[in-house]
Amino acid sequence: MTVFVIRRLMQSILVLAATAVIVFIGVYAIGDPAEMLIAPDATAAERAQVEASLGLDKPLPVQFLAFLGNALHGDLGRSFVFNQPSISLILERLPATLELALVAILIALVLGIPLGLIAGLKPRSVTDETIMTGSILGFSLPNFWQGMMLVMIFSVWLGWLPSSGRGPTGHIFGIETSFASWEGIRHLILPAINLALFKLALVIRLTRTGVRETMPLDFVKFARAKGLTERRVVLVHVLKTIMIPLVTVIGMEIGSLIAFGVVTETIFAWPGIGKLLIDSIMRLDRPVVVAYLLVVVSLFILLNFAVDVLYSILDPRIRLGRN
Amino acid sequence: MTPVLVVDNLETRFGSGAGLVRAVDGVSFSIDRGEILGLVGESGSGKSITGFSILGLIEPPGRVAGGRILFQGEDLVGLPSERLRRLRGKKIAMIFQDPMMTLNPVLSIETQMVEAVLAHDAVSWKEARERARDTLGLVGIPSPEERLKAYPHQFSGGMRQRVAIAIALLHRPDLIIADEPTTALDVTIQSQILFEVRRLATEFGMALIWISHDLGVVASLADRIAVMYAGRIVETGFTDDVLDRPAHPYTRGLMDALPANAARGEKLRPIPGLSPSPLARPGGCAFRTRCFAATEICQQEPVLQGGDHSFRCHHPLPAGVAA
Ligand SMILES: Nc1ncnc2c1ncn2[C@@H]1O[C@H](COP(=O)(O)OP(=O)(O)OP(=O)(O)O)[C@@H](O)[C@H]1O
Ligand code: SF4
Ligand SMILES: [Mg+2]
Repeated sequence: MTVFVIRRLMQSILVLAATAVIVFIGVYAIGDPAEMLIAPDATAAERAQVEASLGLDKPLPVQFLAFLGNALHGDLGRSFVFNQPSISLILERLPATLELALVAILIALVLGIPLGLIAGLKPRSVTDETIMTGSILGFSLPNFWQGMMLVMIFSVWLGWLPSSGRGPTGHIFGIETSFASWEGIRHLILPAINLALFKLALVIRLTRTGVRETMPLDFVKFARAKGLTERRVVLVHVLKTIMIPLVTVIGMEIGSLIAFGVVTETIFAWPGIGKLLIDSIMRLDRPVVVAYLLVVVSLFILLNFAVDVLYSILDPRIRLGRN
Repeated sequence: MTPVLVVDNLETRFGSGAGLVRAVDGVSFSIDRGEILGLVGESGSGKSITGFSILGLIEPPGRVAGGRILFQGEDLVGLPSERLRRLRGKKIAMIFQDPMMTLNPVLSIETQMVEAVLAHDAVSWKEARERARDTLGLVGIPSPEERLKAYPHQFSGGMRQRVAIAIALLHRPDLIIADEPTTALDVTIQSQILFEVRRLATEFGMALIWISHDLGVVASLADRIAVMYAGRIVETGFTDDVLDRPAHPYTRGLMDALPANAARGEKLRPIPGLSPSPLARPGGCAFRTRCFAATEICQQEPVLQGGDHSFRCHHPLPAGVAA
């Protein structure tokens, strides 16, 4: 197990290093770094000064080391718009995005697993058909359209929930969160549901397929032959078996929720990194885009690593190895 | 002596219309306390389905369509599922064919044994664990205390089957249905397990239904034999009677196919032809397409005749033709 963790950690560091090289090539080697890092409206004098300070006259490997050194110190350039280190801009917005993604994935799991179980246990029943039709809608309707419908119904017609912005935040255990006040929670509901819908459909399908595949297996029949209650057979024997593939997929989906929450954050004016990215692209604020890229890749790597560890904890065949 | 189990004209079917499969087609037998009954027949003859029917483990589209299963005087057909659950594992236990598939790969041996105890007895986890450990020792698993913590993949096939047997023995049931428990194992392990199960059955006075396609295995083990063909019992009686004086050509065919019965250097004589498809069984005697003694009259269903040693055949073999 320890060997496994160390091995995966080394792999993660390798991937991160590879990403750094790619970003470096993209920003410094292929493009003109001066273009990337200097505001478009800078004067010629300013430009020359920056180019010298960036050491662009030096050979490429030296430039790469300098870039790496800066990146390791958290220096990925300053935002033209906010005149503030781009990395700190990203990190400032990150909690809002993380909160939204985590709440969305929780909604998807808490609703999706039971619904998938119910559908899978009674295949082709009316309940199953209803649940599966719902999940097809969740899959096929575009995310922005679902978001607009949510706003239309719950904000405009019913007037129950706010449709824009993050509400007041407070601190719980030192973490900035919307859960500190009811108003904060109210602002969170619609965007979280919007972000959750697609994943909910996915969790339902994965769970249902898992149940359908596991139920006919011999060990389920044997569990019944032991006289276990149907409840225990389903909730322990079947669920534990399907949790393993589910965790893997969902773990990776959290990454995509963070990276691609852009649409939801834009619709609901949610002040996270997705909205920051869109704003920065519109304003040609390149240092922020670069910082976003590195932060999101790091998050993916981190999640990937966490998922692998969790997977191996859940599956004794990996945790303990063969005889 | 009153029998532990009386199966009376059992019918178990799958599907309907043109796809109707009469997997078990009017099977009757009984078994006394402490007795070993060998159920023999080719693949697809309905042996496993007979076993699953007794435990109430037939799942849709299958169903028990008729007959009675009297266990200690109580008819199990149509019994409420909770009442049936209380018998399963407690009074009637089953061991499955493939030890590699019987145990849940993601749960420890401890969990899978303790839950089987707790399904029927209100004892503490600790007590249940002690019973599990002692039973593992009973079936010949070395250092049971440590092995409890292990997972199925850490055991060999033979050891897994011993674990499954231990699970079946946890409640000292009155009846054990062993569905080809040694078929998947190599010969040495097979005879060890045969010996072990026989010893335990005698020791605890349990009735044992031993299912096998191998007449040789059953001959060495069973007090009585029932030979199944195409969902029916075609010959049954005390093992010695049946083997000394087989009346049904199918039984005779099974005996001729045994390596031990072929004279040295002589070829084995397998039964010609294949088992009929369960969807298109010939009317009358289902064996007539492969039978050397078949005549016109065999197109009519033969009735069961004889007393302790009974058979279904229009032209029973004369005594003394056994090899
Ligand atoms: N789920 C099912 N759907 C349709 N038919 C089935 C199903 N399960 C079993 N059957 C039919 O029931 C018949 C008896 O099957 P069973 O498993 O009892 O055979 P068996 O004697 O145990 O054979 P084996 O030695 O291969 O285990 C088979 O011919 C099969 O076609
Ligand atoms: S009834 Fe006829 S076909 Fe069937 S086993 Fe007897 S002789 Fe053969
Ligand atoms: Mg079978």
